[in-house]
Amino acid sequence: MAARRPSAGLLAACCAASCLVLLPLGVTLWNAAAAGWDVASALLWRPLTGFLLLNTLLLMAGAVITTGLIGTALAWLTERTDLRGKRVWSILAVAPLAIPPFITSYAWVSLSPALENFGGALLVVTVAYYPLVYLPVAAALRELDPALEETARALGLNRAAMFWRLILPQLRPALLGGVLLVSLDVLVEFGAFALLRFRTFTTAIYGAYRAGFSGAEPALLSVILLLLCIACLTAEFFVRGRARYGRLARGARRRAPDYPLGNWQVPLQAACGAWTALTIGVPLGMILYWLAQPGDAATAPVAASFGAVAGAAWSSVYLGAAGAALTMALALPLGILAARHRGWMVTALERSAYLAQSIPGIVIALALVSLTVHALRPLYESTLLLVVAYAVLFLPLALVSVRAALTQAQPALEEAGRSLGLGRAAVLLRVSLPLAAPGLGAAAALVFISVTTELTATLLLAPIGTQTLATQIWADTSTLAFAAAAPYAAVMAVMSMAASWLLAGRFGAASIFATRQPA
Amino acid sequence: MSQGLEVTGLTKSFGATPVLRGVSFSAPQGGLTAILGASGSGKTTLLRLIAGFETPDAGQIRLAGARLADGAKIQPPERRAIGYVAQEGALFPHLNVADNITFGLPRAQRRARHRVAELLRLLDLPQNFADRAPQDLSGGQQQRVALARALAPNPKLVLLDEPFSALDAGLRAETRQAVAAALRAAGATAILVTHDQEEALSMASQAGVLQAGLLAQISPPERLYRQPASPALANFLGEAVFLPGTAAAGRVDCALGALAVADRQVHGDVEVLVRPEQIKVFTEFREDGVAARVRGVQFFGHDALVRFALRDGGAERDVTARLFSHKLPPPDGQVWLQVEGEVTVFGPRGKP
Repeated sequence: MAARRPSAGLLAACCAASCLVLLPLGVTLWNAAAAGWDVASALLWRPLTGFLLLNTLLLMAGAVITTGLIGTALAWLTERTDLRGKRVWSILAVAPLAIPPFITSYAWVSLSPALENFGGALLVVTVAYYPLVYLPVAAALRELDPALEETARALGLNRAAMFWRLILPQLRPALLGGVLLVSLDVLVEFGAFALLRFRTFTTAIYGAYRAGFSGAEPALLSVILLLLCIACLTAEFFVRGRARYGRLARGARRRAPDYPLGNWQVPLQAACGAWTALTIGVPLGMILYWLAQPGDAATAPVAASFGAVAGAAWSSVYLGAAGAALTMALALPLGILAARHRGWMVTALERSAYLAQSIPGIVIALALVSLTVHALRPLYESTLLLVVAYAVLFLPLALVSVRAALTQAQPALEEAGRSLGLGRAAVLLRVSLPLAAPGLGAAAALVFISVTTELTATLLLAPIGTQTLATQIWADTSTLAFAAAAPYAAVMAVMSMAASWLLAGRFGAASIFATRQPA
Repeated sequence: MSQGLEVTGLTKSFGATPVLRGVSFSAPQGGLTAILGASGSGKTTLLRLIAGFETPDAGQIRLAGARLADGAKIQPPERRAIGYVAQEGALFPHLNVADNITFGLPRAQRRARHRVAELLRLLDLPQNFADRAPQDLSGGQQQRVALARALAPNPKLVLLDEPFSALDAGLRAETRQAVAAALRAAGATAILVTHDQEEALSMASQAGVLQAGLLAQISPPERLYRQPASPALANFLGEAVFLPGTAAAGRVDCALGALAVADRQVHGDVEVLVRPEQIKVFTEFREDGVAARVRGVQFFGHDALVRFALRDGGAERDVTARLFSHKLPPPDGQVWLQVEGEVTVFGPRGKP
């Protein structure tokens, strides 16, 4: 199978998809270069750039420490101790993934305006992103071979020494990969920080764009942000590729014994409860609180009618479906190519699609705005352009699942079908598609959830008059109309959590993890 | 006071399932004791109790006179100074070979790569392996490094949990030899559990058989094989031919003639155990041979198991002989059988 040359049609489709993905990158670089050296250096050598860099890097460093510590500690508790109710705690530990970060941000901001500073930003990213560390570390803990721990004890190590010299080193790849994802998410997040009025590169780019400055400033800031993202993604790529220790042993897997907590059981139960109150209790609690308030109770009275909420929900669903359809249409040829063919061209096309992972949503959206305003005027503020932006944003996400699904349909099974007298089309219909269908469905569902909870691109590209749940929450929260935003936030939270629950039930918790791979 | 290991009345159940039901034995210092058992016989549990990974329900474990376990009162594994080689080596995947070997040593010795060169030499491994990752080693080499790591802190006892079972046949023999030689050279007391008879019999200075949580017999390998305590044990240890017979005064009469018996105490109606390699086959008539007909041949390469039918009074009996494969009798041919050496009988003991 792998030896067969890809057909011209397949190659053309793949090239088109990867060109589309690389287009925003090209436009951004072009705009930055067009500014010229003098303008660029004048714009970049300003205190503002240093301030943004410091703000962003400090927040990244802080988030790496908090999510690393909390994610690892929680993973240890739920995987390797006799913590009561571990099953429930481990579900609650990943649940924040189903709440979009800007909803979390909305909840905290509406709780106290005192959070509009570094501390508040760190709090929000910690509660929203720590599952990105928890999940891989918990998975790594499950993979640990108990024979290693026994051997270490036989060699005279006590428990503390064992943790530092044996367990932590084995967790290192998972932990590093997790905190790098957190860093990348901190870099690309826009909505959560904008609501907190915390200034990072993304909010500054948005501000520059709104202020109507020349295309040069947002483009130049975007280039710096892109460099930071690419650095993170590259580091993550190396950590993931190189440091997979893997088990040396094969054979039946024994479960590692649980360490007894003893007197710590009660305090740690309380700590888990308190943490869940912060991560899930506050976001959902604040939405419920504001739902119960009359629309004019908030600072700025904007009533949300049932019709408006239903309309916004419909827009979100409609855009989600359209986005998922286009994304899948682009991801399928690339997935087939990657799963079934080899060669430098295949690798280049696939890598280019993954490169989009490192392009923040705000950069993609701005590039598309600038492109259509200057060159493709009729497309500006059209629904089509918005759907294209979603496809560019979420193609890497879909591609991972599509590729995995297609790889599952092994060539040997297809060959068996052929040898039983089925033609190529019949094999596709009766063997390959049924095998890949659940995975493809999961990919489409992931893109759907991601689109419906997407804020940045929607905000910049939505046609005039199109209101989605996300843009409504944004608009109302920006004017401090928290009660007015609550119905939209409630609908979005329920949709996102229900979809995540269905996905996780069917494909495991790791599938929601995918929704928050950097996009 | 014994410098070796003393195990007395060791009992362990997992839930309602008894795994060990009172196991006692001693392993002399400097020797290799093999514990043989089928899967589920409790052999791995025995090893894990000695290592300290499990707590016994009852019974004692002493090493060089020190009490390691007395019922549920146990010393934790890290204070026992017992080396442990797990089934598949369990090398630490994040450390290179040298760091694996020195893992159990104090920091200064770890820095100085204390004994790494010496142990690599002892296990017959090239010196440049020190910087390799365990992933780059073959299964047999990993097992040798695991033993080097266990030996590095100079343990009083080394436990080996089926260390060769994951290796393929050729590698297994070679690794086995290297490990046995290294243990001898280090003068280490060792306990090996295995389900492989050949392994236990070829490596050990004494071997025991664990059956259903009880130690059925423990003795030097030769004695274990030639004079097993029961027919079941005889079957477990290798190919066996059983015939009814009548014993008296050091001889037994059976279908294969009048044979010498190792145990002169047994008399009366007995079951006779003949090992297939004891049976000699002649294609020409012999006065002292027993006539038989070839029934079938199971060919193994260097040797073969040949099945014969012979008349025993009115009945026809099957016996099996192990022959070198270059001199096999023709199928269906007439042969004469003769038994070499003493046989073992199972039956009532005491004065006739």
